[in-house]
Amino acid sequence: MSVSHCGDFKETYRDDMKVFQTPFVRVAVGLFVLLLYTTPLFSSNYVTSTMTTIAIAVIGALGINIVTGFTGQISLGQGAFMGVGAFSCSYFMRVAHLPFWVAMPAAGLTAAAIGMIFGLPSARLKGLYLAIATLAAQFILQYVFMHLDAVTGGSNGIPSPPPEIGSFAFDGDRSKYYLTLTMAIGAVAFTTNLLRSRNGRAFIAVRDHHLSAEIMGVNLFKYRLISFSVSAFYAGIAGSLWGVYTGYISAEHFMIDESIKYLAMIIIGGLGSVIGSILGAIFMTLLPQALTVGTGALASIFPKIGFLIMSFKDGVFGIIIILFLIFEPDGLAHRWRMIKAYWKLYPFSY
Amino acid sequence: MEFYLQLVISGLVLGSIYALVALGFAIIFKSTSVVNFAQGELMMFGAYFCYSMVVQYKVPWFWAFLMTLVFSVILALIVERLILRPMIGEPVISIIMVTIGLSSVLRSIVTAIWGTQIQVYDPPLFPPTDVNIMGLPTSQVYLWSFGLSAVLLALFALFFKYSKAGVAMRATAFSNQVALSMGIPVKNIFALAWCIASVVSAIGGILIGSINGINVQLGHFGLKVFPAVILGGLDSIPGAALGGLIVGVLENLSDGVLKSVFGLQGIKEVAPFVFLVIILMIKPYGLFGKKEIERV
Repeated sequence: MSVSHCGDFKETYRDDMKVFQTPFVRVAVGLFVLLLYTTPLFSSNYVTSTMTTIAIAVIGALGINIVTGFTGQISLGQGAFMGVGAFSCSYFMRVAHLPFWVAMPAAGLTAAAIGMIFGLPSARLKGLYLAIATLAAQFILQYVFMHLDAVTGGSNGIPSPPPEIGSFAFDGDRSKYYLTLTMAIGAVAFTTNLLRSRNGRAFIAVRDHHLSAEIMGVNLFKYRLISFSVSAFYAGIAGSLWGVYTGYISAEHFMIDESIKYLAMIIIGGLGSVIGSILGAIFMTLLPQALTVGTGALASIFPKIGFLIMSFKDGVFGIIIILFLIFEPDGLAHRWRMIKAYWKLYPFSY
Repeated sequence: MEFYLQLVISGLVLGSIYALVALGFAIIFKSTSVVNFAQGELMMFGAYFCYSMVVQYKVPWFWAFLMTLVFSVILALIVERLILRPMIGEPVISIIMVTIGLSSVLRSIVTAIWGTQIQVYDPPLFPPTDVNIMGLPTSQVYLWSFGLSAVLLALFALFFKYSKAGVAMRATAFSNQVALSMGIPVKNIFALAWCIASVVSAIGGILIGSINGINVQLGHFGLKVFPAVILGGLDSIPGAALGGLIVGVLENLSDGVLKSVFGLQGIKEVAPFVFLVIILMIKPYGLFGKKEIERV
């Protein structure tokens, strides 16, 4: 039985930076991952497919959290960069006949490169300007998705072939789930470790006080650009996986609403927190489903106000964002820490 | 040639409405340093309210117009008091997010009340007959919109220069703390800034609504104001006016040229954003903006 200390008794930086603070955490995380891998064996297809979308959302949310939560630059183009990833992955596979395992990283790099075009002018300026530049990126890319017929199929969309290993194709719900889950776990592990590296500490320094960071020898322009392109890379990967998940990609999925949804995820989950990105992704993926069920039930009871409730569904996102920002600015991650702290000292919470 | 002149004229009209909405944006940013992503939704709300009054309740235009102004003041007060005031002192990113959240709430309220179809003002605000300017037939809506926007911009320029409230607003913009210690009620100034922004946006909404009809896409118009304010310099009021006009003309010209030369459709929707990226690259503090933006 491992006992956790009731205070902070770490003596070395190495201790402080450990990913798994106690053996118990290591075992718990291991068990949780095992649970994730075994769930589809006994769950319905609906649950498996929902969990796939959550895994994709986790990757996208981690990406935007790197640039917004850790580096303090607002990105409003995550949805469009996902689109770049999805379309370029499909293009590489269909036209260049690359295997998915090459096409997916290539799509991530494409998204990062296109993100950098828009990030370059604004990485020199205050955070607010990146928000506006990425907003421009969002609209310009939306236009490109709708009109570059050769690559994106215009408003009709384009099929996205399933990845293959030898003769095995990832085209069932379960195999797609395993693929995205593995990628999501990889993304979580990579992000956690990125934040412990020199790069990650530089991001946080840039966010907390850019002047101090610069005096400490952190090149602001370089690290802002790195964090933004890493974020776009994540979006590209998430986009490719989205293509695999749906099998058919159309521009409508990558509109500004999608970008706002990702921003909402990290605000609800908690800015600058890996666990927050995961919680936010789960929350924002399950919320629309809960709302659909809820509004459906309400609409069947009160048919007259059905239309009213239906059209207010989008507004609920907005209300939740506002409420979280006013009442719980640190997001669900903060709640999570509070719960952990409560049980850590239970029953002597003083 | 006539084709291009026509483009310039309609660009100027569009630009003058951009200028109005950009004015609202710049006022809010200048005095409260909030980047308002819900500007377009404020505009849409005003336009729809006026539509309700004129078309559904058959109120005469003059009264409907006044009622819309009163309504947008109330809307701004509610928004400022309930949503923006608790956020004073929070980081920029939270404030931006709150306005994004606000925009989606306002948009869904509009959809819930008025639906998603395009609506037109009936009877129209201005007579539909054309008048000749330099041999070009120009609709009266254009003339009135341009004239009204110009008058409003001039009025607000005078307001900020000479009136007591205007001076107080400029002082608040300069420094909240100094303004407070001089006895200026900063919170009231914030509320006033939102009211002015909401009123000018509502007028902009009514004007654009009487040109193109109103629908939920009007909210998008508010985002297209960003290029105008960036070009003008985020916190400059004459900059917002000039930026609006320039972006309006550029948007129309590039749309016309690209459509007739390359056959590209719908450039109008993205042209302002392309300018935005170019402006950020070559002149990020805009034409009249404060140059003390932190460059790194």
